[in-house]
Amino acid sequence: MEEMLREYLPILVFLAIAIALGLVLILAAVIVAVRNPDPEKVSAYECGFNAFDDARMKFDVRFYLVSILFIIFDLEIAMLFPWAVAFKDVSMVGFWSMMVFLGVLTIGFAYEWKKGALEWE
Amino acid sequence: MISADLNIILPEIILAIYAMVALVGAVYTGKDALASLLTWLTAAVFVVVAAWIGISGAGTNVAFNGMFNDDGFARFAKVTILLSAAAVLVMGQEYMSRRGILRFEYPVLIVLAVVGMMVMVSAGDLMALYMGLELQSLALYVIASLRRDSVKSTEAGMKYFVLGALSSGLLLYGSSLVYGFAGTTQFSGIIQVAGEGHTTLGLLFGLTFVVSGLAFKVSAVPFHMWTPDVYEGAPTPITAFFATAPKVAAMALFARVVHDAFGGVVGDWQQIVALLSLLSMYLGAVAAIGQRDIKRLMAYSSIAHMGYALMGLAAGTEMGVKSMLIYMAIYVATNIGTFAFILSMERDGQPVTDIQSLNNYSKREPGKAIAVLILMFSLAGVPPFIGFFGKLEVLRAAYDAGLAWLAIAGVIASVIGAYYYLRIVFFMYFGDEDAEGLDKSRSPVLYGFLMASAAVMFFGLINLFGIEGPATLAAASLVN
Repeated sequence: MEEMLREYLPILVFLAIAIALGLVLILAAVIVAVRNPDPEKVSAYECGFNAFDDARMKFDVRFYLVSILFIIFDLEIAMLFPWAVAFKDVSMVGFWSMMVFLGVLTIGFAYEWKKGALEWE
Repeated sequence: MISADLNIILPEIILAIYAMVALVGAVYTGKDALASLLTWLTAAVFVVVAAWIGISGAGTNVAFNGMFNDDGFARFAKVTILLSAAAVLVMGQEYMSRRGILRFEYPVLIVLAVVGMMVMVSAGDLMALYMGLELQSLALYVIASLRRDSVKSTEAGMKYFVLGALSSGLLLYGSSLVYGFAGTTQFSGIIQVAGEGHTTLGLLFGLTFVVSGLAFKVSAVPFHMWTPDVYEGAPTPITAFFATAPKVAAMALFARVVHDAFGGVVGDWQQIVALLSLLSMYLGAVAAIGQRDIKRLMAYSSIAHMGYALMGLAAGTEMGVKSMLIYMAIYVATNIGTFAFILSMERDGQPVTDIQSLNNYSKREPGKAIAVLILMFSLAGVPPFIGFFGKLEVLRAAYDAGLAWLAIAGVIASVIGAYYYLRIVFFMYFGDEDAEGLDKSRSPVLYGFLMASAAVMFFGLINLFGIEGPATLAAASLVN
């Protein structure tokens, strides 16, 4: 038990340094930084004209939908990569497992298409 | 080899294929117009699959090198889950279609959640456990916020999601510790490494985290805080679903992890489970007293009931598991009746959940009032009804396992808890004479479920409908 824990000592040291460094950087900004705000400084930055809107605005929820769909297919690619690289060693079971996975994903895609999630207007 | 494996998980595969076919079929044809039909069809499929699993052969089958177990314990839990899910689907169909929230995705999501639960109760490996748990949870997060235009419903879904993700995180962290110290994710391997008596410190940490994650899912105190808000916010048919099938699945999974993977070190988890049980019983009994909303009240009631079921588990014996299974089956049967009643609570066509609205209910509908009285007495554990026998079994199991203090504490908690069940009965029979009452119910389905459930509470005391035999076999297959 002790020996095993000792093997992880470098990680502990690393964690301690990372936390300490992070704290130093944050606290340094609080302690050393010059703070003297005025309305111009704290207003939203616009290039060449006065800011006429809040920087925090509402996004259409469809942006999120598109990004979620993107992430799903992105992850699918991440899943496919190791499978494709090791394709020579993948057994028939492995091949068909991936086909089933892709099939299930396609069903989800067909659903969202037909449901109208991809239509903008 | 692989075809034998697939044969063992055939019920799950068929349900998953059914869900996908239903989803694509409905979205390409009638969409929400098909929702009612799909709900009934899904309930029928559940009943057929439950019958199939119920009559399929005895014994233990292991698939995918121990990742998936099909034993008596899993079959008992699966039949309970499938039947309760079917009952809840049928009960909620009218309520949801009348309020325009019966979408065709609802039965499909329920099927997916049930598939997840079936994988959970059969899991023989930490990875299979997590897969099942997430499949169940993700479907439940979505149906909690099915009523998208209601702030409470979306809040319920959000809270459930955030806290569920937190609990999954705890569970995964515990799993990673267990894997790190045991060198395997399979329960059969972990139990060998864990050894007898007391286990190593690392595994103990892993075990504690896994148990905390599971306690979230069964809503045991101190991991219960999502329950009242989610129960209150979610549409009532979905609350009924939350209160039944997922609780059985999570409890069965809990039993499987502590017995299959840590069965040799009972002393290590017994204290944790006993503490969870004690806290749940008392918080459920005390916090429900102040509730005016019957859905919140049922949430605290379910927390207290999970406490009793955990007491059976805390015993750490075969008898403990058996009593836990019987207790859960009785709990589900009672809750189905109670929620059938809550679904029928309406005033001017609008659902009400305030318990004050039950004033003088016995004058208006004496038959239903009697049924609710029986259900409340059974929930409180009053002797002639089977709720009492469920409690008796877990108390006896805890006492036999040397947890006399827990058994005594449980009896005291059940006396405290009886107050709020009896208060509902009091309102119905001796309530305010001129308070505004409920509409007369129009739904024969809900009436049928309420009466059937009350009848089960009463006639079950003869032989518990023979569930004792299967429960004994199930417990024996888990604890060996």
